[in-house]
Amino acid sequence: MESSSPVVRVRDLHKSYGSFEALGGISFDISAGETFALLGPNGAGKSTAIEILEGYRDRSSGEVSVLGVDPQRAGRAWKARLGIVLQSTGESGNVTVTEQLNHFAGLYPNPRRVSEVIDAVGLASKAKTRISRLSGGQRRRVDVALGIIGRPELLFLDEPTTGFDPEARHQFWDLVRRLKAEGTTILLTTHYLDEAAQLGDRAGVINDGRLIDIGTIAEIGGAEARVPLVRWRDAGGALHEVRTEEPARIVAGLAAAGGEPADLEVIRPSLEAVYLGLVRDHRTNGNADNNENGNSTTAGPVGATSDEEVLA
Amino acid sequence: MSAGSATAGDRTTTTGDQSLGGLGGILRLGASRVIYETRVYFRSPDSVFFTFLFPFIMLGIFTAAFGAAGNIGTNPDGTGGITVGAYYLPGMLAAGMLLSGVQNLAVDIAGEKSDGTLKRLGGTPLSPLSYFMGKIGEVLVTATIQAALLILVARFALGIDLPTEPGKWLTFAWVFLFGVITCAFLGIALSALPRSGKSATAVVIPIVLILQFISGVYLQFYVLPEWMQNVAGLFPLKWMAQGMRGVFLPESFAALEQSGTWDFPLVALNLGIWLAVGLVLSRVTFRWIRKDT
Repeated sequence: MESSSPVVRVRDLHKSYGSFEALGGISFDISAGETFALLGPNGAGKSTAIEILEGYRDRSSGEVSVLGVDPQRAGRAWKARLGIVLQSTGESGNVTVTEQLNHFAGLYPNPRRVSEVIDAVGLASKAKTRISRLSGGQRRRVDVALGIIGRPELLFLDEPTTGFDPEARHQFWDLVRRLKAEGTTILLTTHYLDEAAQLGDRAGVINDGRLIDIGTIAEIGGAEARVPLVRWRDAGGALHEVRTEEPARIVAGLAAAGGEPADLEVIRPSLEAVYLGLVRDHRTNGNADNNENGNSTTAGPVGATSDEEVLA
Repeated sequence: MSAGSATAGDRTTTTGDQSLGGLGGILRLGASRVIYETRVYFRSPDSVFFTFLFPFIMLGIFTAAFGAAGNIGTNPDGTGGITVGAYYLPGMLAAGMLLSGVQNLAVDIAGEKSDGTLKRLGGTPLSPLSYFMGKIGEVLVTATIQAALLILVARFALGIDLPTEPGKWLTFAWVFLFGVITCAFLGIALSALPRSGKSATAVVIPIVLILQFISGVYLQFYVLPEWMQNVAGLFPLKWMAQGMRGVFLPESFAALEQSGTWDFPLVALNLGIWLAVGLVLSRVTFRWIRKDT
């Protein structure tokens, strides 16, 4: 961390609604220029946490500083430095894309150019269309455009690509990378783990109102969760799986033992697999943070999930 | 429960809004909100029909339904009096003020609360003052266009004679402006009542409708029982309608009012009280979002 003070600083943040504890004491920092992904199942407390940082909700206890200011006491000058893309809304949208962006640009002291932002979100051909006549994915792009029109120092993206087709999602990733290159600090929540892996520098995983892991995308979940899996079928058709730090040696052994095994794969668990393992372990083990799977010879909790990166 | 946590390197204080242009910036944004809100209003078919066109429709219906029954306020020998359209014009002008202000804003803002519009605005540096300016300005613009068109329709389509004395038009101006601004604030205040945007019309329209029936908009005020007149007298619509009758009806009709005069000072007093109530309630109840702490 080269920056002297973090852009976002959260210490022992608690939030209760009546007797329900939505956040049970979470702490993390986001430094300047960093993209931080906040992950977790529905109802885990992600939105509560992000809305406290945005100033929409008051915390029950703990310390929060965003851009050096307590969001609960922040004023308009502070809001001018933020960009907020909320979860999708149902506004009536009786204005065109250009009208809406022109209007919102007028709210900020140093906005981006409206036409550039419309281009950046890929809505140039819809600039004169009323927002109510856009598709769900296109409306979501308007949300993103409104979030960045004010040239924010800190951008909140709460499930920004819900409803995007794959091409739109890739365009959005490019846009986020450009914002990042300009030095924007970004807090992202998403259910698309590939998105978090693509965009995030670091990630935190929230479950049941607690931060169960935090770290860089490469190290989250711990080394054990990333032990590669070798999978093949023997001559009789039976499936074998081995979790091992030395997949090449296993494969070489297979080749030496009896030629080319059927359906051979070496699988390195993706962020999604690691994440699912983390959340499941947290559920089954109560509040114990990390489950040791070790270097076992059967598929661990992380091995049998669907979206895995296939290497070699 | 907030532990102070401002870290070193603050670039702004929480009140340092100089970069946003201070009061001048708030007013400039308020003006841009008026244009934005007015544009959105005229693009919303529901608002235009139920708050802008409604008085025209009612004036047309009353004229068509009761026009053949003869004039109102005739001499014993059946001469004189004024047409049904002429009698109902002041009531419809007052109804337009109520609909453009109270019904329009109460339903509109309740909808903006539940559809996420206010939440989005609350995340921007927009001042609530600019937001209020936009809403009230929009009401002033649309209600003025509505009143002007109503008067033009009355004069040229229904052949109703309009007052010629400048003093009457001066009275019209203050009753109209005072009434519309009061109604706009009452609309903002009333928007806090519905629990959701969907229930807003169900909550707001009965209130507005009952007021119109007891305040001399749809029914001739002088035929209502005294207790109903007294109940109506608590609310601003009765006084707006009375003020408008004082402008547009012949002086002889003042005898039909409760006190036998137009009571313009009481019109001003009632509107002043309700304006204060609306201002305070708007200020106290308005939130960008419901904070459930």
